[in-house]
Amino acid sequence: MKRIASILALAVVLAVALAAQSASAQTLKTVKDRGMLNCGSNGTLAGFGLPDAQGKWAGLDVDFCRAVAAAIFNDPAKVKFVALTAKDRFTALQSGEVDLLARNTTWTSSRDTSLGLNFTGVNYYDGQGFMVRKALKVNSALELAGASVCVQQGTTTELNLADYFNAHKMQLKTVTFATADEAIKAYDAGRCDAYTTDASGLYAERLRLANAGDSIILPDIISKEPLGPAVRHGDDQWFDIVKWVHFAMINAEELNITSKTISDALKSDNPEIKRLVGADGNFGEQLGLTKDWVVRIVKHVGNYGEAFERNVGQGSSLKISRGLNALWNKGGIQYAPPVR
Amino acid sequence: MTGVAGERAYADLAFVQRAPIGALPPPLAMRGPWGWLRANLFSSAFNIVLTVVMLALIVWIGKSTIDFLFIDAVWVGHDRTACMASEQRPHVGACWPFVWERLNYFTYGSYPIPQRWRVDVFFAMLAIGVAWLLWLEAPRRDLGALYFFVVLPVCSFILLSGAPALGLETVDTSLWGGVLVTVVVSTVGIVVSLPLGIVLALGRRSRMPAVRLFSVIFIEFVRGVPLITVLFMASVMLPLFVPEDLTPDKLLRALIGIALFASAYMAEVVRAGLQAIPRGQYEAATALGLKFWPQMGLVILPQALRVTIPNIVNTTIGLFKDTTLVFIVGIFDLLRTIEVARIDPKWATPVTSPTGYAVAALFYWVFCYAMARYARHMELRLSAGQERR
Repeated sequence: MKRIASILALAVVLAVALAAQSASAQTLKTVKDRGMLNCGSNGTLAGFGLPDAQGKWAGLDVDFCRAVAAAIFNDPAKVKFVALTAKDRFTALQSGEVDLLARNTTWTSSRDTSLGLNFTGVNYYDGQGFMVRKALKVNSALELAGASVCVQQGTTTELNLADYFNAHKMQLKTVTFATADEAIKAYDAGRCDAYTTDASGLYAERLRLANAGDSIILPDIISKEPLGPAVRHGDDQWFDIVKWVHFAMINAEELNITSKTISDALKSDNPEIKRLVGADGNFGEQLGLTKDWVVRIVKHVGNYGEAFERNVGQGSSLKISRGLNALWNKGGIQYAPPVR
Repeated sequence: MTGVAGERAYADLAFVQRAPIGALPPPLAMRGPWGWLRANLFSSAFNIVLTVVMLALIVWIGKSTIDFLFIDAVWVGHDRTACMASEQRPHVGACWPFVWERLNYFTYGSYPIPQRWRVDVFFAMLAIGVAWLLWLEAPRRDLGALYFFVVLPVCSFILLSGAPALGLETVDTSLWGGVLVTVVVSTVGIVVSLPLGIVLALGRRSRMPAVRLFSVIFIEFVRGVPLITVLFMASVMLPLFVPEDLTPDKLLRALIGIALFASAYMAEVVRAGLQAIPRGQYEAATALGLKFWPQMGLVILPQALRVTIPNIVNTTIGLFKDTTLVFIVGIFDLLRTIEVARIDPKWATPVTSPTGYAVAALFYWVFCYAMARYARHMELRLSAGQERR
C-alpha cells in the first residue's frame, strides 16, 4: 500500500512539476495579502517540528518558518503550519498549498531539477551515523566489521549501510525491521551491536533507551543528507527572500548579534553590522522587504546559533553538538555570503 | 392369641405418608458455585485442560497488565527522568505524568488555549444532543431531532471554526486536533452515512434506470477503493485540479471522503435488510394504497432497519476506528496526537509509547463498547414482537 501510494505520489509530482512552473510568480504579494505564511513542515520529528504540550509547534524548521514570517510581517506568529508527510510534501508545495517547504528535506539533484523545487540553502547538515554500546569499546565505524546492525527496512539508510561496509570490505550482519520503533527496541534488547539512522535521529532515539548512558554515538558520518527549506520554481524574488533569511541568520551569528544584543547592534559602528541591521544601505528593500528585515528576524527568532541550540543543541534535550553545522570559522561548514 | 390386639397396636403405630416428601437438594457436588464450576468449566478432561490453560493465560496477561498500569506505574514527575528505570526502581510501568501533561493536547490538539472553552461547549452540546436522541423516554424527542440535525451542526460550525461577526475569532482547522477531531470526523461520518446509505440502497433497488445506475456506480466505485486511497487522492490530487483559492479545507476534504465512503458501505448493509423483507409486505403496503415514500417510511424501512441493526453498528464501529486514517493527510486525530507526543524528547523513555497506546486503546474501547451496548439494548427492545433472541 505504502509503495503504491508513493509511486502514485511521485507520478503526480512529476506530471505537475512542469505545469506548476508557471504557478504564481507573486508569492510575496500573495502571502502579504493573505496576512499569513503557509509553511509546510514536519509535525512528527523531535528537534525539527513537533507540537509541544500546549500544541505550539517547535523545532529548527519551524523556527525557520517563523523567521521568514518575522521578516515579512514583523510577527513570527503569522505562520500557518501545514503538517506534511514525506509523500505529499512536494505536491503541497507545487500546488501552492504551502509557500515554503521546511520539512527536513534532503537536497538532491533530482528534487532540485525535475521536481521543480529550488532549495534555498542547508539549515542542517545531517548524515547517517551509528549508535553502539559502550561495552563494545568501538571508537570508529571502521571498527564495526562483523557487527550486527539494526536498521529500518527499505530505506536509503539500509542501502547506505551496505554500501559503506562493502566499500570498506567489512562483513555486515543487518537485522532489519519494518519501523524505526521496532529497530530501536531490538537494539535496546541487545539483539544487535549497533543501530543506524540519520545522526539527528540517533540523539532522539538514544533518549528512548532503557539505559541511554550505556550507548554512544560514533563520530563517523557515512552519508550526506543536507536538509534545507525549498520553494517552487518560477518565483525568483521569493526564492531570494527565503534564501537570504537563512543567510541573515548565519551572518547574525557570525557577527555575534543575538536576540538579546540586537538593540546594541543597532548602535554599532561596525560597517558589516550596520549593513546587516539596515543602518546602512537599502538591502532589505532590494529583496522586497523592509530596511530592518534582519532586526525583525533576530529580535523574534534569534540568529542561527540560537535557533540551533534551542531546538536541537545544548538548550534542548537532544543535546546535539554543532559538528558540521558550526560556522565556517569555528570548524563547521555553515557559511553565508555577505550582505552588501 | 394376641393377634388382634397386636394388629391393632400395629395399626396405631402405623404412619401413612399423606403428602409427597419434598425433593432432596441435589448432591453438594451438583449445586452452588461448586456445581456451576463442575458443569461449566470441569465437565470433561478436555474442558479441564482448557480451563486451566485459559486461567493461566488470564492470570499471566492480567497480572502483567495490572502491574504495568498500576503497581509499577509512575504517578508523579516532571520529565523523563521520573519514568526511567533506576537501581532503586528496576521495573517501571506506565508513565502517567506524561499523560497528565499531554492530556490537554490529546483533547484539543493545537487549538488556541484561550479559545478552548469553545471546544468544551461543543462537547457539552454534542453530549446533550446524543443523550436526547438516544434516550427513548426523553421528553420532546422531535425537538431533540431538530436540535441534533439542524441546531447542533450550525452552532458547532460557528463555535469551532469561529465567526468574527459574533466576536469568535477564526480558528483554522489545521489547529484542531486530538479527541476533538476524532469526535467531529466520526460524528459527521456516522450522521451523514446512515441517511445517505438508505437513499443509495433504495436507489439501487429502484425501477428508474438512471437512479439505479448512479447508485450502483457510486457504491461499487467507492467500495472498490481503499479509504486510504480516497483520503490520499483528496489531499494530494484535489489541490492540483482546482485553483489555489478554491482548495477546500483539509479537514473538510477528509470529512467528505469519509462520509461518502461510509455511505457506500451503509447502503449495502441497508440493502441486505431490504432484501430480507418478504414481498408480501410490499404488496400489502401497496394494497393499502400507500405511495412509495409512505410505503418505505411506514412499512418497509422500520422492519429492514431492525434486522440490520447489528450490521449497522458493525459498520459504525468500523467507521469510528477508521477515522484514525485521517493522519495520512496530516490531520492530528487522537491517535496522531499520541504518536506525536510520544516522540517528544522531554518524555522519551522506553515506557512512553506503551503508555500512550494504552490511553488510545482505552478511549476507543470505551466508545465502541458503549455503541455496542446501546445497539444491543435497541435490538432487544425492537425484537419484543418476535422474541428473536
